[in-house]
Amino acid sequence: MGVKLLLEKAHVEGIRSYEVYRREGGYRSVEKALKTMSTDAIVEEVKKSGLRGRGGAGFPAGMKWSFIAKPEGVPRHLVCNADESEPGTFKDRYLMENIPHLLIEGLIVSSYALGSHDTYIYIRGEYAWIVDILENAIGEAKANGWLGKNILGTGFDCEIHVQRGAGAYICGEETALIESLEGKRGNPRLKPPFPAIKGLWERPTVVNNVETLASVVPIINLGGEEYAKIGVGRSTGTKLISACGNINKPGVYEIDMTISVEEFIYSDEYCGGIANGKRLKACIPGGSSVPILPANLLLKTAKGETRYMNYESLSDGGFATGSMLGSGGFIVLDEDQCVVKNTYTLARFYRHESCGQCSPCREGTGWMEKLLLRLENGQGKISDIDLLWDIQSKIEGNTICPLGDAAAWPVAAAIRHFRDEFEWHVTHAEEAQKRNFGLAHYADARQLVSA
Amino acid sequence: MVKFNDEQLIEFKRLVSRYPQGKQKSALLPVLHLAQQSFGNWLSAETLDYVAELLEIKPIEVYEVATFYSMYNLKPVGTYMFEVCQTGPCMLRGSDDIIKYIGEKLSIKPGETTTDGLFTLKTVECLGACGYAPMMQMGKHYREHLTKEKVDAIIEDCRKNAAINN
Repeated sequence: MGVKLLLEKAHVEGIRSYEVYRREGGYRSVEKALKTMSTDAIVEEVKKSGLRGRGGAGFPAGMKWSFIAKPEGVPRHLVCNADESEPGTFKDRYLMENIPHLLIEGLIVSSYALGSHDTYIYIRGEYAWIVDILENAIGEAKANGWLGKNILGTGFDCEIHVQRGAGAYICGEETALIESLEGKRGNPRLKPPFPAIKGLWERPTVVNNVETLASVVPIINLGGEEYAKIGVGRSTGTKLISACGNINKPGVYEIDMTISVEEFIYSDEYCGGIANGKRLKACIPGGSSVPILPANLLLKTAKGETRYMNYESLSDGGFATGSMLGSGGFIVLDEDQCVVKNTYTLARFYRHESCGQCSPCREGTGWMEKLLLRLENGQGKISDIDLLWDIQSKIEGNTICPLGDAAAWPVAAAIRHFRDEFEWHVTHAEEAQKRNFGLAHYADARQLVSA
Repeated sequence: MVKFNDEQLIEFKRLVSRYPQGKQKSALLPVLHLAQQSFGNWLSAETLDYVAELLEIKPIEVYEVATFYSMYNLKPVGTYMFEVCQTGPCMLRGSDDIIKYIGEKLSIKPGETTTDGLFTLKTVECLGACGYAPMMQMGKHYREHLTKEKVDAIIEDCRKNAAINN
């Protein structure tokens, strides 16, 4: 059993309620932070912890906090990004549903550290029932003196408000989220200015993911240095992984980032192996945007070393032979799955979710979807594969926000590693309508070429 | 004419009170949810204009938001709307078969409503329930680990409820 910092108490009977959460040691970090620590000291602890943003980008959270501008007389805001929309990702939902007070506790400490008196949780609109769970938790926290005016007699005032989105993946991008919170379309903003300088209502704003803010609780309780001892290298602390696809035990797991990918997939403590006794074909380890890897590059790096479930190891080899930890949305494909079809559904997703501001993304995502559907339906040409490659390469890096990259990477990686499967859809068009390409050589040991 | 009743107006005021003075436009998304819920689960042009008037913003500011977000229904929908996820992780667990099955059972295609106005079938993109696939949203809640048998039972339940409410 690895260390658990976030979900340790998630299965305690009644933990969703304030009484049980408090009895289990909840809200200690608020007492410690507000009564014994300066706001700078809290930021310092978060920096020392090495905590990296858990939404997908992995940017150091403490550093993000230290960027917040503090002009005289201008209110600052903390915004919690609960828009969780990256396909394969459902960890924040799990945390909010099961142990909502952990998020509220993290939000109070973080609001204090950043000087936010009005903090907003922006939650995706579809999670409608979780809004009730959060508002109930906020009400309980307030009734017990953890929110409102003069919290714990320290003079610090704070309110937390829950804002529901209305169905738009793009609102997970922090500036689009801010636009949406201002009552507008979710069009990402040009940066700079960054939200830390001009964010919500042009005020200094920090936007952090749910899991990131919940992680502030163990960081304060343990101290940044102790937290940093968990994990390995720059992958400190624990990470929530939401595992799905063709595995025996889909669900949310907290890992300490020292376990191997193989152990994560096959051990009974986690995914419990591939469903129905099938073999592993491929995996998208960090949410739909990150590169898909064939089995043989997933379990071992191109150098033949064991691959681990952490930021560095999953990205070992760059995009040529590696992927990313991303949001922790771990999508597993068994031998019966079709990579072309899977890539098509993702391309359709990104076309649907493009905000339409930037031409490369607005047009390119639609072209990619059409080409992939054509290939999937056995009407494609070999030149379509090259055209797909060309389109994705012209989207990447040419848009205001990372949605362009997020749409391009899955297509690029699928062609890079599964080109023969794409070609088979053209050369064996009729057969491809009746059966899938199968496992082929994707699980075979790779030949190591010495340098 | 569309108009919030007293209870809905209290909720409207609560929503607006969460933002600083003069920033009432921030309440637009939640107010549109409230309006949709209050006026038959869709947003007519009249409703959008009413929301604009209430929030003291231009109607175009409401239209551009209502058309951007996928959860706002801009035309009437059935009493029960099945929003079935079709993105990668759900597809890997057989969402295509579920969508096809619902369509055949109700004799409608995605995007259509049954002639009795009871059911709408809609395909949607990832709802964050990938580990519990295949799944669909029905009103406020998710229905997960869908099978044909479960779909049968859900449709049966809806028909029963509709008969009771009539």
